[in-house]
Formats: sequence, structure tokens, C-alpha cells
Amino acid sequence: MQKLKLKHLVAIRWFHWINFPLLFLMIWSGILIYWAYPIYRLGPLVFFPKWFYSTFHIDHRLADGMALHFFFMWFFVVNGVAYIIYTLVSGEWRLLLPRSWSAFEDAWYVVLHDLHLRREIPAQEKYNAAQQISYTAIILMGVGSVLTGFAIYKPAQLAWLAAMFGGYPNARAIHFILTIGYVLFFVVHVMQVILAGWNNFRSMVIGYEAAQAEQSGNAPQRLAVAGEHE
Amino acid sequence: MSNRHPEIVLPDADARRELRRRTRRDFLVGGIAGLAGIGAYEWITRAAQDNGTPWPQRNVLDLNGKISEAYLSHSHLMPSYGASQISPLKVNGDIGVDDDFDKKGWRLQVAVGETDPSLHLQMSDITSLPKVTMITRFCCIEGWSAIVSWGGARFSDFTRRYFPQGQKLPGYVAMVTPNEDYYVGLDMKSALHPQTLLAYERNGQPLEDAHGAPLRLVIPVKYGIKNIKRIGMVRYTDTRPDDYWAEEGYDWFAGL
Repeated sequence: MQKLKLKHLVAIRWFHWINFPLLFLMIWSGILIYWAYPIYRLGPLVFFPKWFYSTFHIDHRLADGMALHFFFMWFFVVNGVAYIIYTLVSGEWRLLLPRSWSAFEDAWYVVLHDLHLRREIPAQEKYNAAQQISYTAIILMGVGSVLTGFAIYKPAQLAWLAAMFGGYPNARAIHFILTIGYVLFFVVHVMQVILAGWNNFRSMVIGYEAAQAEQSGNAPQRLAVAGEHE
Repeated sequence: MSNRHPEIVLPDADARRELRRRTRRDFLVGGIAGLAGIGAYEWITRAAQDNGTPWPQRNVLDLNGKISEAYLSHSHLMPSYGASQISPLKVNGDIGVDDDFDKKGWRLQVAVGETDPSLHLQMSDITSLPKVTMITRFCCIEGWSAIVSWGGARFSDFTRRYFPQGQKLPGYVAMVTPNEDYYVGLDMKSALHPQTLLAYERNGQPLEDAHGAPLRLVIPVKYGIKNIKRIGMVRYTDTRPDDYWAEEGYDWFAGL
């Protein structure tokens, strides 16, 4: 017997796939804006090299970038807020939030395991400790992006908010660093999805994952519905 | 897409069929949703241009401006700084101030409505207003900013003295350079903000030509593009004035 096991709730799947293009557009329009005053660097690493701007036709599109950024920001924020409310109301937050400080230790073991440096993997519920920390951090980053975004959008009307982030130039820098954070998250996330395989990826679309049903004597012959929730 | 079944247990062949069915259905739905999203994006970015921006984006920029204007308050101030924090201010634009200009013959024209200017003010008419100095952040729309010390008269004081008594104040102010090459439009609420100055000094010295001598607008609640240099005319008007950079695809409100 096989079973189709519900992994991702339909609302979560929609939030996730709606967020993906919106976040991409926020980053893309953000780069169009950033071009006009590209001051950040990491040692010898310049954000971004000239070829990057010319290859993707990013130069001289500040107005374009601002119009897009301040268009899609509404959809990005609404989708993000709806996701947070949904996880709270549905109780999903219990699975997503790290449960104790030991999650950080467990997450480290998960990383070692994933890097094939450690055989055992800590016991987990739906998400392992590294996932819990990542998926919580990405939401906090989102909140940070929105707040720093408003701080640099309205530094006079929301002067207190800009001050909270150390002033206008600092808020802009944090806004940028968080964006780099999304890109790094994306790289790791996609790698993990590829490594986890088709069954896992498909479950983010159809909700269900194929699994082997436990062998028991009186396995139902036709469709059977198990308990309300695991 | 239903979540009603946490687990569906089936014989292997049926399970495979059920998986295939759900995969087909949901990838189809996802594909259609994706195409709809791409279609929406194409529409948003390729719709007819309204002042250098596709009109759906222009409408949202204007809506954002309306929300910003409603939230704008004369008690929300751009933070002020100490003299030690003053930083250099780069000369970023010379549109409207790049020609030979007779500074001695300069007058500030003041017009109400669409009529000819009714006042031709001299510098002493401005300097006789209460002088305000402030050290505030000047934010360029490009992303850089500078901390600058300005000296000048509040536009609100200017309006109190030179706008006709008893007449209803219109919704907008237009300001134009003497050669009319550069022009900005301001909502009245921002124009009357206590930090909005008609400035004639920078860092305690008379304004340099490159920074807009003899008189420029300093409006910290707007991006630098609205801080017009070398003002030739001020017009109080009820129609939203043209704005140089708004015609190039930027937000008309451009408020901070």
C-alpha cells in the first residue's frame, strides 16, 4: 500500500508561489534603484560590477525602478502579512517556529549532516531545526525589509523609524544587506530542494507527498481518510 | 487543491494514478496562474505611457502620493543636526541654471491663479521675513544624502505676507526658474511645512550660483528634485502644476 501524505496546506502553497515572483520583482526593481547610487562593497567585492548592469540593461532606469518598487510593494506586503496571520490562525506557526534554544544546536547538526560530515540527524517534526530557523529568519528579514523600506521611503514623516535603524543612510544599508540575505537564502533553498528531489518539490505544488503506508493487517482497500491532523 | 485528507491510503496502482491526477491538475492550475501573472506584468509594464511611466504604475504612484499627503504633518520634521555633522553638498544638476543670468536684475515674480504675476519682489522683500536657519538632511532621489545648513525664510511666512489677504489659498504651488527650463509642482501642505524655506544662505554664506543663487527652495519633506534652484516665479494655483522630473517618469509627489 502507498499513501499520499498531506505536507503543505493549500494556502501556504499559494502564499509561497505568489511571494516568489513578488520578491523577485522587489529585488529586480531594487537593483534598478540601487544603480543610481551604488556604494556598497564587501572588501574587493563590488555591488555590482559594470558588466552586470550592462548585461541586464539596468543602467539609467531609476524612475522605472521606483515606479515598479512602489507598485509591487503593496502586493508583497499584503501577501506577507496574510501569510503571517494564516500561520498564526492555522497553528502552522508551531511547526515553523524553533521551539527552544536547542534548535540552534540541532540546526548545526543538520548542517553537518547535510554536508555529509555527520551520520545522525536530530529528531524532528515536520521541519528540522535548520529549516525552522531559516523559515523564521526569512519572515523576520521580511519584516526588517518592510520597516527599513518605509524608513528610507519617508525619512521625514517616519523620522522615528529611520532613527530606530540608525538613521537614513544606515536604514538604506540594512535594506540592501537584507536583500543580499534573500539571495543567499534562495541559493541554499533551491539547492536543498534539488537535493530533496521531485517528490518533495511536487508536494509544494500539489500538497501531497507519496509515502509508503505502514504495513498493517487490515489495510483499507479503497480510499481511506486518516485522523484529522497529525 | 483540497486539504481535507491528511492522508490518502491506496493500493499502489491507485496511488500512482491519484498522484498523477493531482499532479496534472495542480501543475495545470499553477501554469495558468503563472501565465496570468506574466500577462499582468506585461500589462503593468507595457500599458500606454503617462508622463514616462505606464499608466497603471503612474496611477499607483499618484495613489501613494495621496496617501503620503494625507499622512504628512507639519509636526513630522526631518531630523536636525549639529554644525559638526554638516557634510559636503555635491552639485548634481544645472538644468535651468546653466545660462548667463543677470543676478542684479533678478526679481521674484509672484502670481495667483493663471494670471500674470502681480508682485515683483526684491531680495530685501525676502530677507525682511523672519530668518530661519536649520541643519537638515538633503535627500537626493538617487539615494545619496547630505547634511546641510540652510538660511532663509519660511515659505509659510512668505505666503502669509505676500499672498493676497482674504483670498482662499489654492491647493498647489508652482515654482519656475527665470528661463523656465526647470519647474516644480508642490502640494500646498508640503509647501507650508515649517521646514520649507526660500533659502538664500548655505553654511552661513550667501548661496553659491551652482546651488541656486540668489534664492532657491529647500524643502526637506521632498526629494532634491523638488528643491528648485534660482527661483524666478512662484505661482499659487488650483491645478496641479507641471513638474520637470515627474514628466520623466518620476513620482509627482516625491515626498519624504
